Amino acid sequence: MSLEVEDVTKIARLARLEIKSGDVEHYASELSGILDFVDRLNAADTSAVTPMAHPLEQVQRLREDEVTETNQRELFQSIAPEVEDGLYLVPKVIE
Amino acid sequence: MHNKTITELSAGLKAGDFSSEELTNSFLQRIEEHGETLNCFVTVSGKEALEAARVADGLIAKGEGGVLTGIPMAHKDIFCTKGFKTSCGSKMLDNFISPYDATVVSRLAAAGMVSLGKLNMDEFAMGSSNETSYYGAVKNPWDTNCVPGGSSGGSAAAVAARLVPIATGTDTGGSIRQPASFCGITGLKPTYGTVSRFGMIAFASSLDQAGPMTRSAEDAALVLQAMAGFDPNDSTSLENSVPDYSAELNKELTGLKIGLPKEFFEEGLDNEVAKAVEAAVEEYRKLGAEVKEISLPNMDLSVPAYYVVAPAECSANLSRFDGVRYGYRCENPENLEDLYSRSRGEGFGAEVKRRIMIGAYALSAGYYDAYYLKAQQVRKLISEDFKKAFEEVDLIMGPTAPSTAFGIGEKTDDPLSMYLSDIFTIGVNLAGIPAMSIPAGFVKSKPVGLQLIGNYFSEGRLLNAAHRYQQVTEWHKGVPAEFE
Amino acid sequence: MEWEVVIGLEIHAQLATKSKIFSGASTAYGAAPNRQACAVDLGLPGVLPVLNKEAVRMAVKFGLAIDAEIAPRSVFARKNYFYPDLPKGYQISQFELPVVGIGHIDIEVDGKVKRIGVTRAHLEEDAGKSLHEDFHGQTGVDLNRAGTPLLEIVSEPDLRSAKEAVAYMKKLHELVRYIDICDGNMAEGSFRCDANVSVRPKGQEEYGTRAEVKNLNSFRFIEKAINHEVERQIDLIETGGKVVQETRLYDANKDETRSMRSKEEANDYRYFPDPDLLPLEVDEALKAAIRKTLPELPDEKRQRFIDEYNLSAYDAAILTATKELAGFYEQVVKASGADPKLCSNWVTGEFSGALNKAGIELSDSPINAEQFSGLIKRISDETVSGKIAKQVFELLWEEGGDADSIIEAKGLKQITDSGAIEAIIDQIIADNQGQVEQYRGGKTKLMGFFVGQVMKQTQGKANPGEVNKLLKPKLDG
Repeated sequence: MSLEVEDVTKIARLARLEIKSGDVEHYASELSGILDFVDRLNAADTSAVTPMAHPLEQVQRLREDEVTETNQRELFQSIAPEVEDGLYLVPKVIE
Repeated sequence: MHNKTITELSAGLKAGDFSSEELTNSFLQRIEEHGETLNCFVTVSGKEALEAARVADGLIAKGEGGVLTGIPMAHKDIFCTKGFKTSCGSKMLDNFISPYDATVVSRLAAAGMVSLGKLNMDEFAMGSSNETSYYGAVKNPWDTNCVPGGSSGGSAAAVAARLVPIATGTDTGGSIRQPASFCGITGLKPTYGTVSRFGMIAFASSLDQAGPMTRSAEDAALVLQAMAGFDPNDSTSLENSVPDYSAELNKELTGLKIGLPKEFFEEGLDNEVAKAVEAAVEEYRKLGAEVKEISLPNMDLSVPAYYVVAPAECSANLSRFDGVRYGYRCENPENLEDLYSRSRGEGFGAEVKRRIMIGAYALSAGYYDAYYLKAQQVRKLISEDFKKAFEEVDLIMGPTAPSTAFGIGEKTDDPLSMYLSDIFTIGVNLAGIPAMSIPAGFVKSKPVGLQLIGNYFSEGRLLNAAHRYQQVTEWHKGVPAEFE
Repeated sequence: MEWEVVIGLEIHAQLATKSKIFSGASTAYGAAPNRQACAVDLGLPGVLPVLNKEAVRMAVKFGLAIDAEIAPRSVFARKNYFYPDLPKGYQISQFELPVVGIGHIDIEVDGKVKRIGVTRAHLEEDAGKSLHEDFHGQTGVDLNRAGTPLLEIVSEPDLRSAKEAVAYMKKLHELVRYIDICDGNMAEGSFRCDANVSVRPKGQEEYGTRAEVKNLNSFRFIEKAINHEVERQIDLIETGGKVVQETRLYDANKDETRSMRSKEEANDYRYFPDPDLLPLEVDEALKAAIRKTLPELPDEKRQRFIDEYNLSAYDAAILTATKELAGFYEQVVKASGADPKLCSNWVTGEFSGALNKAGIELSDSPINAEQFSGLIKRISDETVSGKIAKQVFELLWEEGGDADSIIEAKGLKQITDSGAIEAIIDQIIADNQGQVEQYRGGKTKLMGFFVGQVMKQTQGKANPGEVNKLLKPKLDG
């Protein structure tokens, strides 16, 4: 599987990663190499195999519906890049 | 003092031969002396460590301490530690002071251990050489031109150089075992779900598992005892009761069935490493074990499967680092898009970006079935291989890594060759079973690791096999000359 | 050309749990910004989700109420996208295997019952809120709502008009409140709706391109918004244009939908099973236990009211609009022992009217069912006339107490003693000879005048039946 420059640009955009234009080609060739390697998976016959999403063959444990958390806003916001009036600030979102 | 085992240190503390404060000071002294050479610490918290040591001394004086009370240690910088920087080896979290403690951190603190600080690691645990860290490469104490392995490279180097008696590590594809092998220490990756993942910054959630990195199996059993156990904050934490991991350390190995997967000894494995491993296996024969060849036919697919599953999970796990609530935020973002893509583009290193992009690609429309689903199916095949093998044998043994520690910079330009250094460890994570690496000799003065793989929940048996071997060998006692 | 409208609704009902779906933070509405956003809700590094049992029970309860398949095993998935109100960069939702499978809801429009398919209902976490007021040109993010449990209920594209859409939404709104899984408060966003709207030439089998209209948060808006969108699409096609698949936002102030450009780019959500959560299992035992907690459902209750109390479909519908009102009514019937129809008239009439006028909920009513029954009893046994009863009701509403004491204290008891009424009638006839003459001369409409006089004299307390019975022979001479 070979990735073109446009593919890398598209994935980088999807993952919100700025890639400097000079680096895109380098990433394209590296990622293509990794994907070529990954293509070895095609050698396996998996037609009758159930996918394994998780190593544990267990089911989800459920929590009681209880409020156990208390307000820690000041602590949490002490590490935030920008806050005002208890809100996290980001550049204006246009809908 | 720095060459003593936990059991010895604990006895010394109880007997009053030295206090935890003295012990802590002596290790802080060693960190001061050698820490910079090795670049294994990101944060040293001497003041808080001494405070904790004094508290431990108080407990010991009252006869209330356990075996770990007052013993110094350090955490891989992937575990959230309240009030301290938790960087995960990344520029992204260079300014992140965790507002809470990981379960592993609070458990070891509750057991009375004294944390000396946080250890360097590959950025977000993505790497096999500790060269992807924002804080620079960690050096291997046995040869400072070589890597310590990764991603728990800081932990391995610190324990090998006797800067801490024990350290915590995490293992997603071999990140405890491979550095343990490269640095000549004992590392244990438990069964998935044994140690809580709460507060351990996620790389690949279905593969990540924390474990102890120590100088001996005996120490590993003691530390795992405190780390393991059900945690209601982690949905994947096992509710099983924790067995006494030290109980069977000394059990005879007579009749133990050991399988050597033929796929582990094919091309790609360094000849000298193969010889060391064979010699170790011979030692097990002498201890009464029966050895036979087995096969893990899908072994060669474990690395390709891993490089779909792990990147896919990480691509989502790392989306939370967006410059909004914590962590790195780019200067003067023009708009929201710019805030996201520059904060992430500047905050993450190249390897992290590679993996996020591979993962995003594997999950994207049109490729999900070909990559993600296919990898999950191969994962099942690999898991089945182990299952079949454990119908025949009790333990599987082989090399931990195909070579000894390689040179710094040797593989940085070739991600694939770097990925292949985890070829023998990755299958274990895909299946979720436990495995260890223990020192089993040297090749050109660099340590070789023997890997022991067990079935689910067989930590006790692994530790037993490792301990018996360490009773009859001296490899684990070796200290790099510079750090004696 | 004749067009057919095709609508499918996605309804998000906030589940009325105390804590969030994956964390122990409170879900209470109205807290100061970010005071109810805990480490898990904020997506701090290293935190993990643990599923709330009550959210699961509520989802299953809903599934059972709409006769849906309950998945014995369902899976949580991550839906990946970046937005400031989505802290983790992914929303935990259900994708391939939702907890509730195919079910249905019956709606009634213009007297016809129509069955609407429910494709699925799945559990997911809500996002926070972006506040676009000016923070020096920036947006503020409040994550209190992040992690609130939602049940997303997806209908089949079975709805053929805005009217049907409203009927369906109302029906669901009633149901989720009946089974106590959602408070239904649309103003607070507890019950929200997105509509997938398309049009196609009548008779065409294939669906037209659909637009998703978001932000339909009142019954009034949904009808207007859909009608507006339908009109827009038809105009577009008829003038040679093409409908594009997109998300449109309904602006209630301007009564129009507009394209949400920021969401226009093709989304690739990259769903995959959330490795932090294991498959959710709902076994037969749990299902049976939850089934036991199901109350009588609105449709069942309506039918029973018609059968048991002999009510019209209309009255039954009003009385069963909420579980509380239906309960109140049944208590009144039981406690008063009066004719259910009489009870219905008074509950839907005076009582509901007073609640509306005061703008309060039944739970805040100053009169309880017992007090109200006391009044109904006196109407039923003719202690007071209907007219006087209204006065008693007003006093009861305003001052409390019980009907009997009010009637006693104010002397409102109906006069049924025929001797007393006869005496009054005789007096009135004596005083109004002129009118008597006219009556006897054929102007029988004056009967009303005499009844009125009697009522005036007795301050309305004379039993009207008795008055009529006695008055007529006397006037007729």
